[in-house]
Amino acid sequence: MQFFVDNFPLLRDAFLTTLSLSLLGGLLALVLGTLLAAFRVSPIPPLRGLSTFYVETFRNTPLTVVFFFIIFGLPQIDFALSFYTGSVLAVGLYTAAFVCEAVRSGINAVNPGQAEASRAIGLTFGQSLREVVLPQAFRTVVPPLGNVWIAMVKNTSIAAGFAVTELTASLQRLANANAGELLLVLVAVVAGYMLITVPSAIAINHVERRVAILR
Amino acid sequence: MRITRYAAGLAALGIVLTGCSSEAGNQAEEAAEGTAEVAEDVEFEAGTTMAELAEAGSMTVGTKFDQPGFGLLNPSGTPEGFDVEIAKIIAAEMGIAAEDIEWTETVSANREPFIENGQVDMVVATYTINDARKERIDFAGPYYEAGQDIMVAAGNPLGIEGPEDLAGKNVCSVEGSTPAETIRTDYPEAQLTLFDVYSKCADALTNGQVDAVTTDNVILTGLVAGNPDGFELVGNPFTEEPYGIGIEKGDQEFRDFINDTLEQAYEDGTWAAAWDRTAGAISDTEAPEPPDVDRY
Repeated sequence: MQFFVDNFPLLRDAFLTTLSLSLLGGLLALVLGTLLAAFRVSPIPPLRGLSTFYVETFRNTPLTVVFFFIIFGLPQIDFALSFYTGSVLAVGLYTAAFVCEAVRSGINAVNPGQAEASRAIGLTFGQSLREVVLPQAFRTVVPPLGNVWIAMVKNTSIAAGFAVTELTASLQRLANANAGELLLVLVAVVAGYMLITVPSAIAINHVERRVAILR
Repeated sequence: MRITRYAAGLAALGIVLTGCSSEAGNQAEEAAEGTAEVAEDVEFEAGTTMAELAEAGSMTVGTKFDQPGFGLLNPSGTPEGFDVEIAKIIAAEMGIAAEDIEWTETVSANREPFIENGQVDMVVATYTINDARKERIDFAGPYYEAGQDIMVAAGNPLGIEGPEDLAGKNVCSVEGSTPAETIRTDYPEAQLTLFDVYSKCADALTNGQVDAVTTDNVILTGLVAGNPDGFELVGNPFTEEPYGIGIEKGDQEFRDFINDTLEQAYEDGTWAAAWDRTAGAISDTEAPEPPDVDRY
């Protein structure tokens, strides 16, 4: 118990850093991913191409490489970000590719007749997407989006290697300082992650049950 | 006989690897000279660790695989460096040839568990002797005295001469390391940036994202050797890091044996020769005065 009391400030700060990385990265991924999905189904070929290019690039690049590029690559072209901002960007840009694919699968699940009918009553492409297609698509993709979110929370651990003191970085620090209590260190760090992911999973299940569409 | 075969093999390997560059071949031959002679007909009291290892004819040694000059895994898959040579000297004294040593990578966080669980027979891995570690394992040595130093961009544009000059500066080290802890406690005005490996600190220093990198001088020497135009060492060590050989707690005979072997290596020149062909070769420095073995 003394271990947790002694190291509480470090663990709390590390937990809050992981949480804020997840929330900001998740927000960026959700907004950008949805936009990319809209591009991917849009009638304008260059937008479709751009979106496909983005998704294939980020989805097929290891996250560590994305981090490396943003943290150490961008400064070489005089575009230096703080390590924290860079980490949010890396996690968000990477996850956006997965969000895009999840949302796109939801759009594909919407009956094409819905889109055709909305166009027939005079809605523009954007309006039909916003008012008719996306609301139904999101209700379908709650579970896959939930998976993307939980994977992303764990992916934030890569930031430990890039000068951000989040939970995994605190693991390294505590493990060296408390070699005799390695098990407690692990318990503390795992508990930190579960404090985010377990409530998330429960919330996702709840939302899924409430918004599910019976087809 | 065995040792000559080994030397010839090493020289041949050097030639093959460098496309018949005779210089490399010579270097390899030189490197093999001065390697501790593998003892024959060794005799140890039954039941001791030395007797067991000598009987088995092989031993497992933990070392670092990412520390140029001390323990670095070469492309062919064997580690080389000063730590590696020290381990070979000790093994040779038990009649174990270098090729019969099984090398295991030990990083800072797993050294004590590896020793306690018996996964390694000893650890020679830039392993600073300190009291917290002594509670779980025992140390022979020290066989080298390192010190924490600072690496800056070539030309030292910010004029950093010592740790006092780090106040308000961005200084880089590795998360969980002792040097980072020293800065955190003793020089709290320095801004710490912590990566997982020192090579990223070097990248960040190149990019100007940090102002300095701090850790044991031997690690920094390796980084400077890798980019002599980009970095320089301040050359003002401000801590004492005696490197010891970690063994299982309470194995007094083994500890005495290693200490005796070290003292013998100090005297007969094998210690200095090991330095010259490893850490000394990359940093271009003479072998320092060997530290006194601490028989605590």
